[in-house]
Amino acid sequence: MNVSAYNFAYLDEQTKRMIRRAILKGLAIPGYQVPFASREMPMPYGWGTGGVQVSAAVLVPEDTFKVIDQGADDTTNAVSIRRFFEKTAGVAVTEDTARASVIQTRHRIPEMPLRADQILVYQVPIPEPLRFLEPSEVETRKMHSLEEYGLMHVKLYEDISQHGAIATAYAYPVKVEGRYVMDPSPIPKFDNPKLTMDAIQLFGAGREQRIYALPPHTRVVSLDFEDFPFEASKADHACDLCGAGDSYLDELIVDDAGGRLFMCSDTDYCTTRRAAGHVGAQGVPVKEDVA
Amino acid sequence: MIQVEKLCKSFTLHNQGGAVIPVMQDAEFAVAPGECVGLIGASGAGKSTLMRMLYGNYLAASGHIRIGGVDVARAEPREILALRRDRLGYVSQFLRVVPRVSTLDVVAEPLLRTGCGAQSARARAQELLERLNIPRHLWTLSPTTFSGGEQQRVNIARGFAYAYPALLLDEPTASLDAGNREVVLALIEEAKARGAAIVGIFHDEAARHRVCDHEVDVTRFTPGLA
Amino acid sequence: MTPLLQVEAVSKFYGARIGCADVSFDLYPGEVMGIVGESGSGKSTLLNCLAGHLQPDAGAVRFDTRAEGLRDTITMSEPERRMLGRTDWAFVHQHARDGLRMNVSAGGNVGERLMAVGARHYGDIRNSATDWLGRVEIAADRIDDRPSAFSGGMQQRLQIARNLVTGPRLVFMDEPTGGLDVSVQARLLDLMRGLVREMGLSAIIVTHDLAVVRLLADRLMVMKDGHVVETGLTDQVLDDPQHGYTQLLVSSVLQV
Repeated sequence: MNVSAYNFAYLDEQTKRMIRRAILKGLAIPGYQVPFASREMPMPYGWGTGGVQVSAAVLVPEDTFKVIDQGADDTTNAVSIRRFFEKTAGVAVTEDTARASVIQTRHRIPEMPLRADQILVYQVPIPEPLRFLEPSEVETRKMHSLEEYGLMHVKLYEDISQHGAIATAYAYPVKVEGRYVMDPSPIPKFDNPKLTMDAIQLFGAGREQRIYALPPHTRVVSLDFEDFPFEASKADHACDLCGAGDSYLDELIVDDAGGRLFMCSDTDYCTTRRAAGHVGAQGVPVKEDVA
Repeated sequence: MIQVEKLCKSFTLHNQGGAVIPVMQDAEFAVAPGECVGLIGASGAGKSTLMRMLYGNYLAASGHIRIGGVDVARAEPREILALRRDRLGYVSQFLRVVPRVSTLDVVAEPLLRTGCGAQSARARAQELLERLNIPRHLWTLSPTTFSGGEQQRVNIARGFAYAYPALLLDEPTASLDAGNREVVLALIEEAKARGAAIVGIFHDEAARHRVCDHEVDVTRFTPGLA
Repeated sequence: MTPLLQVEAVSKFYGARIGCADVSFDLYPGEVMGIVGESGSGKSTLLNCLAGHLQPDAGAVRFDTRAEGLRDTITMSEPERRMLGRTDWAFVHQHARDGLRMNVSAGGNVGERLMAVGARHYGDIRNSATDWLGRVEIAADRIDDRPSAFSGGMQQRLQIARNLVTGPRLVFMDEPTGGLDVSVQARLLDLMRGLVREMGLSAIIVTHDLAVVRLLADRLMVMKDGHVVETGLTDQVLDDPQHGYTQLLVSSVLQV
């Protein structure tokens, strides 16, 4: 591929400016969905076109870029987006959360707390938290502008009445700075408390043409009922590989006999811990693993 | 209590060539508290029309109908509604109720509307139904399925549930047996004794002579007949 | 006494066509007013203008707000008007599916207005919902069923419960018994009458069914071609109609 034929980070400068304006507006009004003129990207919708456009607009040549998909750096989606910017922007890439300056993510927030000099970019499929109950865009916009959010609790009410508890486990709705109700993208609700952080968080929805943002230290509260308070739940287990008890876990079926393995969904977190000598119940020391 | 002055009424039939039928001219009479006035006159002379005008059911063309401080002939709907709620009762010949509502509730309703407690309203309703010999097992049923006589008695119980200062009775003893007729006449006498002003239509002459203090011949007000 | 609703010269035009023209009336607390007329007479247009769903071209609709007394709901801000719409006002649609969330359980439908005004205790919301389902004669064990599993009459009763749970003072009803079986209608009418009396509700009921207004409405307004042709006590208008159109309307009803 003749990469030099493309502008830095694929998008032309006019487009990037347009997206940056949307980002700045989003940062100025935390949680508010800013419409933007989403471009055709060389990948299908649902593969992170929104996140990619936001990343393209914020990347500078000095950046170090990391992509995670459900916590992992090595899935098809993560690898292809990482390579995309490696080629079109020529930026350094990494799997190391601490070294990255821009992290694009799908469905997770890294376990390691992010710093003020980092940006976290989310891929968002459906940005409108009210959509499942109110199909009209005109009406949902009005509800946001008038802060009519009773419907959000109707959704949680339905959860409790059907499951005995709030069963919404991901894309758990939050209220931002006491104003806008926001869909935090399909991250597990375990990650919700991390939404208040030191880094800038940007959310891009390509198909729905919306960008929204959380500036550092924004107050983000998960919606709940007084008698059914929000709980950041995870599998009641420790990572079988690195022994971490505080990380979000994936559950793997490892044999035909129903054997299970719980492991950190954040692969970099797990690898880093194992390199530091932590070993889980089914783990093996990292040196032999490498060999 | 009830004062009728220069009361006129005509019907205009817009869909039948705009025919105007005058039915009443310069009706005048008065009823004092504790008094019962019987309306008489041949069938078609306008007794029921007059009665309906007193209740505000028919619109007066001109004149005055003063009842309990309200001129029914020109009052606002809400003034008439308030009048009907706490000052003016009406026992018509026909029972008109919402299907499915129990007899007890039908009778208690006028009391409930005046803000009476549900318990005492029902107690009063039971007392009247008992007196009027409505079998107890019918009380929880809707009166829509009752016989004509039973419906008439339910209607009377409803009309007498609340102690209206003014009362209109349209054939209250029609289709009643001797025993029930006696109960109704006693109810009328009790109402008079407590000071109610009553206007009634009684084809039952004996009953009329017993309870009415005066008679008003409506024929006098019938245009073309007087 | 202050009227609860004061309607003054309300007009609505659809281009050159008249929706409703120059309608005025006062509605007092506890009063139920019926609006009758044939299809296209402007009664639904008027109702929607009164309830804030349509913007009239002229006139004023003043509502006796709890905080500030009479306010023109046409000129008040949209958030204020919508707030009224989920607190002091209620709107019962002819088709229950227009007034219900069909993909939300009966309990959620009733609870929505509570949550919209800030209720955040699941147990309390559920208790209120159960109580209200009982008041509209829906069995408590149907609380988690969706309205799509309900009969037409039940859906309509659910819609009423959903509307009345926040204790509104004024209820707008658009053909509330339309499309229901006669026996179901009777039950609904009885229920509405009871609620109106118990809660001291004021209501404006649009219908073309004269039997419905006779049983429910204290006052009646007859509309034809967008104009009010006659008003008065319900029984007076029905038994002694003055206007030619009302006479025609009343005499056209089939007697059973």
